[in-house]
Amino acid sequence: MILREIADLLRARILSSEDMLETEVQNAFCCDMMSDVLAFATNQSVLITGLLNPQVVRTAMMLDMHCIVFINGKEPTPEIVSLADANDIVIMVTDDSMFRAAGTLFGTGLLNADEV
Amino acid sequence: MAALHFHFDIDGEDFSSAGDASVVMKKKLRQLGFPSDAIRRCSIAMYEGEINMVIHANGGTADVDVYPDKIVIVLEDHGPGIPNVELAMQEGYSTSTEQIRNMGFGAGMGLPNMKRYTESLEIETKVGVGTKLTMVVGV
Repeated sequence: MILREIADLLRARILSSEDMLETEVQNAFCCDMMSDVLAFATNQSVLITGLLNPQVVRTAMMLDMHCIVFINGKEPTPEIVSLADANDIVIMVTDDSMFRAAGTLFGTGLLNADEV
Repeated sequence: MAALHFHFDIDGEDFSSAGDASVVMKKKLRQLGFPSDAIRRCSIAMYEGEINMVIHANGGTADVDVYPDKIVIVLEDHGPGIPNVELAMQEGYSTSTEQIRNMGFGAGMGLPNMKRYTESLEIETKVGVGTKLTMVVGV
């Protein structure tokens, strides 16, 4: 699945790195604890989270992730957006809850982060 | 073969910039052409250590020696030290505050993650003096 399809499925707004929307991803990970993301997520995933701080972007960078989806309409600060922009990470904001966003993507074939 | 050496001062005052050194180091390793798996393991281990230094020890230093076959990361702080290393190594054990947990860390995964992603993790610590971590990442 490409990131543009994820944005469409979640009716999400794109806030950074729009030129990366054709990037293909195969799995996703949902979590608000960044230490758990570092422990259990694999590379090249989509991170779905409700946590809003620059460490979310740095955690994604450490794992070579391509996209962060902020749920419940949570708006990241300009600092978060520019850090993602500078590192080719797509930020999306959806009004969906974490449960609904994860369910939607899982239902369309995106895998859990340990399955690829 | 002589190592390439990188030194970083870790600012303990500003949580939002924590991880900057790990980001810079990751880019250096990429420029040097290391395999992506080794870069990722090194980055995660160093990042967890950097976050720990900011959360618990008011910052410190990171020194990274890069060899063709391994990367050695030494993190040193003058924080409170770790009273019980065995306990600190257990997944889920944490002395972090609610405030740190609200920032997405302090789940008790820091040291276990450093061990998980490195070939060796050596901890020298003394209560009231500080902590020195030496991690080796194989390439």
